Amino acid sequence: MEKFSIYAPRLVNPEENFAPGHRACIGCGEVLAVRYALKALGPNVIAANATGCMEIISSCLPTTSWKIPWIHVLFENASAVISGVEAARKVLARRGKIPPGRVFCLAMGGDGATSDIGLQSLSGALERGHDFLYICFDNEAYMNTGVQRSSSTPYGASTTTAPPGKLSIGQWSQKKNMAAIAAAHNIPYVATACSSYPFDLMAKVKKAAEVKGPAYVHVLSVCPTGWRHATDITIQMGRLAVESGIFPLYEVENGRYKLTFDFPKLRPVKQYLKLQGRFRHLKDEEMDKIQKQVDKEWLKLKSLVGMAGEKKPVPVPAQVEGRAQRAERKGQSAKGKAQRAKRQGLKTSGTKTTPTRRPRKKSKKVSRRGKK
Amino acid sequence: MSHRTGLEVSHAAAEAVKLARVEVVAAYPITPNTHVPERIAEMVANGELDAEFIPVESEHSAMSACVGSSAAGARTFTATSGQGLELMHEVMSVASSMRLPIVLSLANRALSSPLSVWGDHSDVMAIRDCGWIQVFAENGQQTFDLLLWAFRVGEDPRVSFPVIVNFDGFHVTHVIEPVFIADQAEVDRYLPPFKPNAVLDPRRPVTMGAYGPPFIYSETKKAQDFALHQAKEVMLQGFAEFEKIFGRKYNFVETYKAEGAKVLLMVIGSFAETAMDLVDKLREKGEAVGLVRIRLWRPFPQEELRQAVRGAETLIVLDRAMCFGTLAPVVSEVKAALYPEEKRPRIVSFVGGLGGRDVRLEEFEYMVKRGIELAQKGQEEAYETIGIR
Repeated sequence: MEKFSIYAPRLVNPEENFAPGHRACIGCGEVLAVRYALKALGPNVIAANATGCMEIISSCLPTTSWKIPWIHVLFENASAVISGVEAARKVLARRGKIPPGRVFCLAMGGDGATSDIGLQSLSGALERGHDFLYICFDNEAYMNTGVQRSSSTPYGASTTTAPPGKLSIGQWSQKKNMAAIAAAHNIPYVATACSSYPFDLMAKVKKAAEVKGPAYVHVLSVCPTGWRHATDITIQMGRLAVESGIFPLYEVENGRYKLTFDFPKLRPVKQYLKLQGRFRHLKDEEMDKIQKQVDKEWLKLKSLVGMAGEKKPVPVPAQVEGRAQRAERKGQSAKGKAQRAKRQGLKTSGTKTTPTRRPRKKSKKVSRRGKK
Repeated sequence: MSHRTGLEVSHAAAEAVKLARVEVVAAYPITPNTHVPERIAEMVANGELDAEFIPVESEHSAMSACVGSSAAGARTFTATSGQGLELMHEVMSVASSMRLPIVLSLANRALSSPLSVWGDHSDVMAIRDCGWIQVFAENGQQTFDLLLWAFRVGEDPRVSFPVIVNFDGFHVTHVIEPVFIADQAEVDRYLPPFKPNAVLDPRRPVTMGAYGPPFIYSETKKAQDFALHQAKEVMLQGFAEFEKIFGRKYNFVETYKAEGAKVLLMVIGSFAETAMDLVDKLREKGEAVGLVRIRLWRPFPQEELRQAVRGAETLIVLDRAMCFGTLAPVVSEVKAALYPEEKRPRIVSFVGGLGGRDVRLEEFEYMVKRGIELAQKGQEEAYETIGIR
């Protein structure tokens, strides 16, 4: 298969169920992902769409881009709506009112609709075990309303509701791990994907749809408008996100983690950050901090892959081992150690009004003395 | 043939839902409506009813799942109360605007705070303008009957609107009453299968819930309001057909011993039962007092109301909810409806029975006495509260 790259596109469904002429921004990674997802699913699908960019750009009355049955209700309830659709199809088929056979039930929403306002309804639908596929198109902020932060916005990014300033770095919290939350529902299939890897995205969506029961696919949707980068590098941005490890591609099949692409050496995350206006305010040390976090998460993911796939855990390279991992390897938790130190510190300081920094220093000495 | 049996009204409501051959029920527990979905869940679990029961994680999701189910072409039902309805609020207007004929039985409950699980009408009054058809039942039989009517009228392709059947929390829901339960053949005759105008189906794809910029939004809303007003004709047909099959008669505005009455009492919901006792008592004494009961709350039957009160000198309206900062909900509708009349009764407004407090016969009696007095000298305050300390 040396000519696979020429051959593979021919296998893709030529049918377009998401019609052109919609109003997405130039360079939108999300419409690309939607188009690929619909290619993977074919015409035999019913979709429920959460409020966001997608219904605004695709369903302006009296026009529509959707060639499949499609419903948009509200921001936070796509999962509940599809629960109703799925239940209705089940009973109608049982009563002979519609032909038997499976129709894919698809719910989709942005990162806000998924990880913030719609998390409860998604969790409910996953837990109840409806036969549906949820796709989160994650562009890492509320782009439709003008780039406000969501719980899926990465650390350090500038948004309109978490702007950098004298007292702020911008987004102060770490990106919520939605795929892990979905996987915690013990559903049969969870995957991450990106429209920069179209064949992988289509394969995962197909697999997710064919699984019986709930499935969740988290798609990184590059957004030049909100990320503030050139509109012609959308595909490159997605690739950098994956190759730097800031957005790793993997699957969780029946609880087993599987990396889609493993890299012997990840690209420096700086390469990804530097191209985006939303990270422009970050200093080198802050980028290093992000790098450390990416390394940590990558290792965590690798260990999950190792735990599920092999008997021995994947060895952790020493140079990138964090304090927590080191402590864990030595059989003591970092948290426990800190608590011990704090306790001893308080004993010696003797007063509750001591500034917080001093007892910490003292505690170190005390603990060292204690060891002797 | 119907059979008469004694059962809890919530269970009678569940019987109506079962006889309607409902297909999807999505519900979340909340007092005092809970016995309705509980009984339905039991019926599904026992195989008495071939339906899908979705035990959702919130009322917001209950109504959302109902929207999905109805859009996919299934006969859909849900039930709730008070705060539950408030959580559904956002989805309610979507359901009506998308013309999805979901039926909701609402066990009326007061709104927090302070927390009250007991009955009043503040829940439904907060969503009265959501575009749903809304009717009030006063007892178990009416709850059963109006639920069947709700499916028939709501699903009629000329109507295609969701319907709320209100029945008072605890005062009606938890009472064991004799109810005529119709048999399946009768119900099947009354209620044809659901044939929606448009369905989510890959065989004929449609886009539902599109986005409407200013150039088209007004037209969609005007069309919706027009359709809701037009629905009244089908509603009346629904009542007429109901009377033919089941022998019980309903109307938008109903009266009790109102002929020649100089004083009319007007209520909504289960107050009517006590009010009728009072009217009987006063009529026996030879006093020309009658009762007007509002059955249809939305679309509001303005013309029918005008006819019902024509000739009366005093109209005493009792509300079971407040509209903070203005008139109580029923009386403000009544005043608006009667404003164009050249000769109209003097209107007196009372509010009572909030958060489950009883309004007893003596209090109704006081209301009539006091109402006549206030009508003569003019009511200075927006309303008088019954039984308040």
